[in-house]
Amino acid sequence: MADTPLIELTDIVKSFGPVSVLKGVNLKAFPGKVTALVGDNGAGKSTLIKGLAGVQPYDGGEVRFDGQAVHLHSPRDASALGIEVVYQDLALCDNLDIVQNMFLGREETAGLIFDEGQMEREASETLRSLSVRTVKSVRQKVSSLSGGQRQTVAIARSVLKKAKLVVLDEPTAALGVAQTEQVLNLVRRLADQGVAVIIISHNLQDVFKVADYINVLYLGTMVAAIPTAETTSDDVVGYITGSKTYDGVNV
Amino acid sequence: MTTTPATPPPPPTDTTNLPAEGGFIGSGQEGGIGDQVRAYFQRVRSGDMGALPAIGGLIVLVILFTILSQTMLGQQFFLTERNFANLLTQAASLVMLAMALVFVILLGEIDLSAGVTSGVALSAFVVLTKPDGPNMNWVLALVVALLVGVVIGAFIGFFVARVGIPSFVVTLGLFIGLQGVTLILLGAGGVFRIQIPEFLAIQNANLPIWGGWVMLAIILAVSFGMSLWDRALRTRAGVPNRTFALVIAKLAVIAVLGGFVVAVLSQNRSSSIKEIAGVPIVVPVVLLILWIGTFALDRTKFGRYIYAIGGNAEAARRSGIKVITIRWVAFIVCSVLAVVAGVFSASKVGSVNAGFGTDTVLSGVAAAVVGGVSLFGGRGRLMHAAIGALVIAVIANGLGLLNLPAGVNYIVTGGVLVLAATVDAVSRVRAGGSLTRT
Repeated sequence: MADTPLIELTDIVKSFGPVSVLKGVNLKAFPGKVTALVGDNGAGKSTLIKGLAGVQPYDGGEVRFDGQAVHLHSPRDASALGIEVVYQDLALCDNLDIVQNMFLGREETAGLIFDEGQMEREASETLRSLSVRTVKSVRQKVSSLSGGQRQTVAIARSVLKKAKLVVLDEPTAALGVAQTEQVLNLVRRLADQGVAVIIISHNLQDVFKVADYINVLYLGTMVAAIPTAETTSDDVVGYITGSKTYDGVNV
Repeated sequence: MTTTPATPPPPPTDTTNLPAEGGFIGSGQEGGIGDQVRAYFQRVRSGDMGALPAIGGLIVLVILFTILSQTMLGQQFFLTERNFANLLTQAASLVMLAMALVFVILLGEIDLSAGVTSGVALSAFVVLTKPDGPNMNWVLALVVALLVGVVIGAFIGFFVARVGIPSFVVTLGLFIGLQGVTLILLGAGGVFRIQIPEFLAIQNANLPIWGGWVMLAIILAVSFGMSLWDRALRTRAGVPNRTFALVIAKLAVIAVLGGFVVAVLSQNRSSSIKEIAGVPIVVPVVLLILWIGTFALDRTKFGRYIYAIGGNAEAARRSGIKVITIRWVAFIVCSVLAVVAGVFSASKVGSVNAGFGTDTVLSGVAAAVVGGVSLFGGRGRLMHAAIGALVIAVIANGLGLLNLPAGVNYIVTGGVLVLAATVDAVSRVRAGGSLTRT
């Protein structure tokens, strides 16, 4: 590979009691590229992501961020590095508006009180930089948004503070055709801005549309890491179900 | 669509409507008064009714009792200067209690022990200030009473936020247990009279006439100053401001309504030779706490996080919010404000007995719900709870004046509560109906 990876996981191990969920997993993600992470239910995708987010620290293995060895013990460690995770069950508060959601937990203040103007400006600039057209006002309550708009807000929230790595967990799972298209375009634009994107998806069609690399997890082991252009949907299905083994060189 | 630079351009100095590159994204602050009014009605139609039903109910009740008093009693007892002042002092304690409960209701929690908490605190107060006992300075004793609130709130917060027991269960336990503490503190069958003039003055004395007008002037000045401060911040950030006419309109409404209230309260409302006039002292105290509480809920992280936890606790946790701490502090705030409600109540009655505070908490919850605060959390404001409390106080006051049996009061209050919840539910369904609008 030409580029140096933004994040590089080596021999990651994680077990819950006697159950070993990750058995020495390697994963790389590159700036400006979309890296898809696929695998069947129970393959360990969520566990791998929760470790990256600092929610459930890994038991062992090495994490290198920008070439530096780092430790991810809490969500704060992760966000300090510029790692943002957009969860499947969108972590948004329905009763707050778009600006309030985007800044939740990291509000801009002027002294003790909020600087609402500043937050409003940054929020609409971020939405605009992602070419979001579907939102009428940044002061809309999230409860009034459609599924695609919510996903948009959740993704915009992750890049608000100049994230370097954005992890998207099933961003298109609950969306219709048009909204899926919108979100995938958004993912692409995110990568075009130089962000490293890791996307988890069950939908191989989406994966092939948006991803530069495909990584396949099978029962806690990374069985394949391939450039999208060099593989086919059938092969990937084979790796996911374990009926085929990848014998090429992993990325 | 041209490519957009990752680093945003410096903010433009012009704060009127900003053109957006990727389609227009507004802030809801653009346009003149007409647009703002239309936007407001749009919000109301989509289910964001706020305190509107409660305000409507308040107006209806006032008209109803005015007519009933005239027809049933042949004389106007309800709409008089004296009853107006009476109503405010009667309502003060309930308003305070409802406001206290808002802090935990916004989290989707409940504090059933808020009333008896004030019972324990006020028992401690009367025992400590007993002239033939410790005879403590009353201000000091008041601080002790508030500290009792802190301790009880911290206790509830520990079990709810840290241990994870439902607040309903914890506070139900305290509701029963704290009554015992009050009994033990006061001794069996004890009724303690309070004979501290300053303490009784909170509910039984008035500001001088000029004091009422100064109060109104301060309210106007603070309101105007806050508006200017907000606008300055928005201008600095380069986002649009609401039209200035709205600021003026808001001030005008406060000036007219507030001026009317102060003017009425400045009339002599005594039926004897001794003149009674002026704004009751409790009014500015309640307003000050209302203002501080609203400021904290709207403009500080503590308040924002309370709403966030009430809306989606998991989202709040993932955003790095210290959910446990916020919950804990909210219960402490609730208990302390509940003690303040008890202070108003004790000051009004002039005594504390073993049953103090046992029958108030559900009225407080009802007041909050009538005002439009959602028991599911995340929705509602202090002002809403205060208005809801006024509705319930008006019912009690009006029916009391009509010499109707006490039973009628309970039935009507209960009916209003269910009605308010129905209005809320129906408006939510309508909001749901327009959910897909893009």
